Amino acid sequence: MRKFEIINPIYTSRILKAIDENYRVRTFELDHQMEKALPGQFIMVWIPGVGERPMSIGNGSPLTISVANVGKVSGEITKLKGGDALSYRGPFGKPFMIPEGARRILCVGGGYGVVPMYFLSKVARESGIEPYAVIGGRSEKDIIWEKPLFAVCREAFITTDDGSRGKKGNVMVEVEQLLAGKKADAAYACGPERMMEAVAKACLEHNVPCQVSVERYMKCGVGVCGSCEINGRFACIDGPVMDAEDALSLPDFGKAHRDASGISRRL
Amino acid sequence: MASLGCGFFGRKIKSPVILASGILGMTRASLETACENGCGAVIAKSLTMEPRKGHEGPNIAETECGMLNAMGYPNPGIEAGLGEFGGWTREEALIISIVGKDAKEFGVLAEKVEEAQNAERETGNGKPDAGNRRLGATAIEAVISCPHTPGYGTMAGQGTPESVSDITRAIKERTKLPLIIKLSPSVPGEGKAAMAAEEAGADAINMGNSLGPGMKIDIARRKPVLGFGVGGLTGPAIKPIIVRGVYDIYKSVGIPIIGTGGITYGADALEMMMAGASWVSVGSAVYYRGPSAFAEIGKEMKAWMEKNGYSSVDELIGVAHEKVRDHKSDIY
Repeated sequence: MRKFEIINPIYTSRILKAIDENYRVRTFELDHQMEKALPGQFIMVWIPGVGERPMSIGNGSPLTISVANVGKVSGEITKLKGGDALSYRGPFGKPFMIPEGARRILCVGGGYGVVPMYFLSKVARESGIEPYAVIGGRSEKDIIWEKPLFAVCREAFITTDDGSRGKKGNVMVEVEQLLAGKKADAAYACGPERMMEAVAKACLEHNVPCQVSVERYMKCGVGVCGSCEINGRFACIDGPVMDAEDALSLPDFGKAHRDASGISRRL
Repeated sequence: MASLGCGFFGRKIKSPVILASGILGMTRASLETACENGCGAVIAKSLTMEPRKGHEGPNIAETECGMLNAMGYPNPGIEAGLGEFGGWTREEALIISIVGKDAKEFGVLAEKVEEAQNAERETGNGKPDAGNRRLGATAIEAVISCPHTPGYGTMAGQGTPESVSDITRAIKERTKLPLIIKLSPSVPGEGKAAMAAEEAGADAINMGNSLGPGMKIDIARRKPVLGFGVGGLTGPAIKPIIVRGVYDIYKSVGIPIIGTGGITYGADALEMMMAGASWVSVGSAVYYRGPSAFAEIGKEMKAWMEKNGYSSVDELIGVAHEKVRDHKSDIY
């Protein structure tokens, strides 16, 4: 045992499997049983010489993430293959919480927001809770993680904006029905903020406790630098998971975010 | 009953524990969060002439007994920043931190702060409490000690007594606000730099910044961890250096001192004050203890003071010295 412990060490693990999900998302299964990882938490993935980005955890054991190629760092991550090394620190942030006594939960994922919804559904299922899921995307090719999610859910539904898969429209067409049909003792959403806002408001109307995952530009990931501020809260330590009432009370939720220099921009 | 209340440039603040610049304080709301967590004053994120995105990540690297950081001064720039932080009306004091490339730029930045202090401007960034208001700052802090940003601080040779003197004068000519000069613990002879600042009109010294630069190499990847390669060391590891710096500066100048570096617990703050600090500013303790660190440090100080028969924090300042100054005149 070392005398001076580092609280959050950097782990480096081998990529067991790299799976192409679609035109821009690649999933990585790592040689790491991260037992302390909880659904909703994230890791900070580091590519030496390139940068570091937060990534939502899609599974704890084996540790799994899905990365969308949307920029310099994520682009480099998506180039990695099976057998390559991946470095990261974490898990960080507040996880999703399932209220005591809940028997059925509703998980709503938009785009690659489905990733933590699989992890949550899986964990719920393991403790005897029935997960229902709705996943939405712009089009058929944006629907990912469908197979593993459907395997752990009691029922799961797909919506696409253009109607190329599942029901045409956004996730709300299915979410409203499930809430009205009393299929959820609690609900969870991860995806575009306006989608989460709609889910949160619908849940409040139906008196269903709801949590959402708030994404902001993150740098340190551990509550020090202040970059991921949203109205005095910090997405990395006060989030990413927040209670719906809490998130809806924040003037910036669904409206504005800050860039790397701290300038506020409309979402 | 021991009290943490103390003076701060003509006003009374509830605690000598101050939020250090660069920690949490990117936005007004986050400064308010720090206030609600027990700070007596807050030092906003340093502002530069133009917006800066900062260095590429990783921006922090944890080490044994400390933390390296290389943020690279991310900030929205002086114009947007003064709007962001402006309209400050809380009982906790707001300190605006500025960083310039040279004395001339520091002068321009100070002039902009002075303007915002005296004229109403748009604040609140479009938020519900937005409106045209004055800045409401109590002091300006000029940082001349960052060890890891090219063009600024020690990387631009700003720590020398000559440079300190030029920068101090350039700022004092353009603002009536009290000026705090933030010195590096890495340059030799901080006593001389502090004397130069005092002679040029500075109102206080902030002794401390991150130390270094230092480096952490990840042995699995055989590469430096920080995106910038090197970064400033903070946390418990640097506290003895800062205590010594404060002790030296206390002997060389008559203006009050803020001690910054490695204060994690109440005992650290007491030690810093005994060395000669009138106030302490806290940063990486937020990593070790969360945002409630400010209140917890205060509580621990108070408990010690009560046990040892002190009623005011003023009684602790500089007691480690043979010759203790009269502080009240400096601070109130």
